[in-house]
Amino acid sequence: MSNVMLEVRELTTKYVTRFKEDIYAVDHVSLKVEEGKSLGIAGESGCGKSTLALSLMGYYFAPLHYTSGEIIIDGRNISKMKPDDIRKSILGTEISYIPQSAMNALNPTQKIIDFIKDVIHAHEEYTPMRGIYDLAKECFELLGLPAEVLQKYPVELSGGMKQRTVIAISVILFPKVLIADEPSSALDVTSQKMVIKMLRDLMEKKLIKSMIFITHELPLLYNVTDDIMVMYAGQIVEKGTAKEVVFDPLHPYAKGLMGSIIVPESGLRDVKLTAIPGVPPNLKNPPPGCRFAQRCKFVKPECRAISVPIREVGGGRQYRCIFSEEELRQAYTQEAHQNGK
Amino acid sequence: MANENQSCLRGVGLTKVFGFGGQKTVAVDHVDFDFCKSEIVSIVGESGSGKTTLTKMLLGLINPTEGEVYFQGKKRDISTAKKKKEYWKSIQAIFQDPYSSYNIFNKIDSVLLDCIRMRGGGNLPGAKKTELMVEACSFVNLKFEELTNKYPFELSGGQMQRLMIARIFLLEPKILLADEPTSMIDACSRATILDMLMKLRNETGMTLIFITHDIGLAYYISDSVYIMEKGKLIENGTADQVILHPKQAYTKRLINDVPKIHEEWDLSTVS
Repeated sequence: MSNVMLEVRELTTKYVTRFKEDIYAVDHVSLKVEEGKSLGIAGESGCGKSTLALSLMGYYFAPLHYTSGEIIIDGRNISKMKPDDIRKSILGTEISYIPQSAMNALNPTQKIIDFIKDVIHAHEEYTPMRGIYDLAKECFELLGLPAEVLQKYPVELSGGMKQRTVIAISVILFPKVLIADEPSSALDVTSQKMVIKMLRDLMEKKLIKSMIFITHELPLLYNVTDDIMVMYAGQIVEKGTAKEVVFDPLHPYAKGLMGSIIVPESGLRDVKLTAIPGVPPNLKNPPPGCRFAQRCKFVKPECRAISVPIREVGGGRQYRCIFSEEELRQAYTQEAHQNGK
Repeated sequence: MANENQSCLRGVGLTKVFGFGGQKTVAVDHVDFDFCKSEIVSIVGESGSGKTTLTKMLLGLINPTEGEVYFQGKKRDISTAKKKKEYWKSIQAIFQDPYSSYNIFNKIDSVLLDCIRMRGGGNLPGAKKTELMVEACSFVNLKFEELTNKYPFELSGGQMQRLMIARIFLLEPKILLADEPTSMIDACSRATILDMLMKLRNETGMTLIFITHDIGLAYYISDSVYIMEKGKLIENGTADQVILHPKQAYTKRLINDVPKIHEEWDLSTVS
């Protein structure tokens, strides 16, 4: 049995607007990441992916508030800890986060090494400069970044290089869990590949023990992570291994997402891309039944009436739909048949 | 059809040099191309390959150091402000970042009204103008009733980019330059945007120049593809030719850099 690095039980967090309305952006999410494994989170913008990433760190600042649920990192429950303790002893050492706009995460007036010094001093106040430099140099060289970067200012680095520097800094204290929130969305394909290679190296060289990777690019997720979780309107709608979710999606929303994949392979031009019509529901007052009902092709009256629980299929596979596996597969085959005519 | 192969935009030896002396940078280097009428052309290259500089020269925002642009068979003349305005009636652009493409102080109605005015419909009666705006919005699957009296920042990125296409629908230019129109919006809305651009081409017959670094998108949307490396166009041909049977090493690398589903993605080749 491998160790469970990160376990989340029924985590719910909300945003409070200035009109004192509650918006539950993460709604009873449970997940588990084992040592040496990576989990991908997919979904369209506004479905709660990034909020989940922020919530996982246990460090909340307004307008995001913790409501209920537990976050357990390597056997340690952090959901009831004080923000100051979390900052000192959890962030960076236990769990680390690469933000979406990592390009702007560096301080333009500081050299990279000074930035690293600040990061380390936040945890170990009296680390000597020599030790910091050696640690940083070792970490950078291990990840294939030249040590000269340390003496440079952020403006002197290219976009891809900045992103890789931020990743290297985020793992400098060897966290157990790394959360990467769209680390490559602002980069071109070549730099994207370098960033992905680096994340893979981190896992292989055991600098980090597990990873959560968030993106809306499904081909990328398929190539990077072991498992994929699909989120919709703050809830998990499907979870399974990368292969299962990409080639045999069960939930109609996941199916729709897979229909929008664009890859340069022969046959792409013959396939009609399917976009999901409509927009996600407003989470201020979500619909009572299935949240996907208003955009679903296979919707039935009972979908809108009762809230749909998540179903376990076996082998860790889950999905949230009132239809059984067979019914869904049958519906998809029928639809494909109709489109083929 | 006779006008199928008619040249719409042609560039001969187009060059742009920034700086001079020791700090000279050749952004675009003697580029020749010929875009036909109602064709979808993609220009693909990584960042820094000169795609955007080329776009700006085509739009007439910067002047080429050398070379000429021929528009509909005639030499392009944008020497005066008046002529430039006339030229912009037939060439329009959609940019990468929908969030910064709008004037934040203008409501959506006035954005669309501006387009009608630019096309010479300023004196139309109000009802007719509304009808045009409703038609444009329904073309991109937006509801005009929901948009009226709103500001652009109240929309999502995908909606903004669709509104941008609605603008183009009203303006009816001969050429549309789309500079990475889908890189800031998520994968689900991307398919919608691409389909709308294709629909726009099919209905109005405009030439669409699609600039991107993602070779998968280029393959999906375009009839012909140009590959750009360090300011030079190094390979061109139909989409199938270039992407399924690439000749240049650079093209092969670009294709290799995109994650795939049915084939193994080779990460060992990262330089």
